[in-house]
Amino acid sequence: MFALFTQTSFAQFRIEVTGVGLTQIPVTVAPFRGQDTLNQKISEIVLADLERSGQFRSVKTPVGAFDEAIKPDLSALRQVGADALASGSIIKLADGRFDVRFRLWDVVKGQDLGGQSFMVASSDLRLAAHRVADYIYEKLTGDKGIFSTRIAYVTKAAQRYQLWVADADGENSQSALASPEPIISPAWSPDGNQLAYVSFESRKPVVYVHNVSSGKRRLIANFKGSNSAPAWSPDGKTLAVTLSRDGGSQLFLLNASGGEPRRLIQSSSIDTEPVFSPDGQSIYFVSDRGGSPQIYRVLINGQGVERVTFTGNYNISPAMSSDGRWMAYISRVGGAFKLHVMELAGGGSKAITETSADESPSFSPNGKLLVYATQQQGREALMTSTLDGKVKARLNGQTGDIREPDWGPFYK
Amino acid sequence: MKNFLMTFCVVIFLAGCGSTVPLGDVPVTDATPKAVSVLGADANSAGAKGNGVTPVDLGAGSTSAIAPSEPRVVFFDYDSYVIKPEFQSVIAAHARFIKAQLVRKVAIEGHTDETGGREYNLALGQKRADAVRDALAILGVPQSQMESVSFGKEKPAVAGNDEAAFSKNRRAEIRYQ
Repeated sequence: MFALFTQTSFAQFRIEVTGVGLTQIPVTVAPFRGQDTLNQKISEIVLADLERSGQFRSVKTPVGAFDEAIKPDLSALRQVGADALASGSIIKLADGRFDVRFRLWDVVKGQDLGGQSFMVASSDLRLAAHRVADYIYEKLTGDKGIFSTRIAYVTKAAQRYQLWVADADGENSQSALASPEPIISPAWSPDGNQLAYVSFESRKPVVYVHNVSSGKRRLIANFKGSNSAPAWSPDGKTLAVTLSRDGGSQLFLLNASGGEPRRLIQSSSIDTEPVFSPDGQSIYFVSDRGGSPQIYRVLINGQGVERVTFTGNYNISPAMSSDGRWMAYISRVGGAFKLHVMELAGGGSKAITETSADESPSFSPNGKLLVYATQQQGREALMTSTLDGKVKARLNGQTGDIREPDWGPFYK
Repeated sequence: MKNFLMTFCVVIFLAGCGSTVPLGDVPVTDATPKAVSVLGADANSAGAKGNGVTPVDLGAGSTSAIAPSEPRVVFFDYDSYVIKPEFQSVIAAHARFIKAQLVRKVAIEGHTDETGGREYNLALGQKRADAVRDALAILGVPQSQMESVSFGKEKPAVAGNDEAAFSKNRRAEIRYQ
């Protein structure tokens, strides 16, 4: 038994590949004609996106002239082992915007797989690159790409907490909220316009819903005691929250527009960290009703509580993949908190990291990647990983401690 | 092999490109106690419809508790919510103090050490706060004067990731408002 370990350095981040038996598509993305003079190297962003997905391997582009209009020399590409080539160009327009064009070629079949053109402001060049990567990913894997989606996360630096919205590669972060008090548990609304989160700004945990483009905030749960752990229903109409107002930490449902909470289940134990199943018919949650924190499932009408995790005595923070097939969660193993992935139908589960302080897993909207928080060399970091743990990337972000990631929905 | 079709070239205009986010005041509909202002030049660099984010700044912290004469912290053992005998006198003193001032509101703030998940620790800290609230209630303090809340692991009293620090962070604080 041996393990491969390779690292690829990009300006954006470092990608770590471990393990054998990876089937990765060898792809080359030629430098876009005209990108030399720009800060954003489109081809590098595209390649980094594809590599981070775990499903592609970068191949050095052979010598030659490439753009979307030039028919490439296929034999040279076959010689370097590339199965696909993306090539394109960037032209600055008179109004200051950029015209980004590209074309994708299947080198093996000798087929033109189509192309796209984007007219973008300079601030949207990264977004254009992520759109190129999404196109390539979908054409070559059959699954929708997630590179143009957004993630939210929280940083803490010098007693200042900030909630950020960033590209899926951690770049291009924009501050949504700054506060002297902690912010935890951000959760994207299904339409990608709002974030629910827990803020301690009034010296207790309360739940806000925050429209990220307008900055408008609504206090959605501010009852006596603690208000926490917001989770959206798939239709965006309901939020599940944990409230202590009637004693203990208990699960309630709230209309997203506000109003009186309805109790989901009643217990004498801790019930928290609710998350909806993708069909909206049940809620996964954490409870210590069996003596240790474990993950349970309950129907949306509060009936039929079932235990889901049975291994270990500390299983928390469930996250569901959009196809309902996988559950990610954190399990304590010998004093270490490790990200696990469970196949719900089969029940098999495995740890997918080598770190020991993993937190807050969240699936990409296509269910192929996870983002999670962990600690590396004593500092907080955000990582993405494939579900088998074989391909991981550390996301760049703000300096300081970085935590509480939540992966947003597909770009509308 | 040679019949490459320079087929379609789909033109997509990314939504919201080139437009700017106004840098005026951000409307806030809740009763946030501090002024809300807009930060940073980032706000006008992205499309408003596509991925624009308007920042909200809650300013610097200014909350400070009134210092009581009695010790106001109750410490707990690992994974425990039981009030240890040595803290009964602290709780009794606060109970007398609160009952003497019927208008006074008291917050009991539960905390945990840094091990484990943030939300689960919030629930554990709530159990500690509730334990102190219930002990005060047994001594006659009206529920209407008390609110038990949790900070989980978000506000450690002491930095460090050893048991010496953890034991000082597993606590409930009684704070007068």
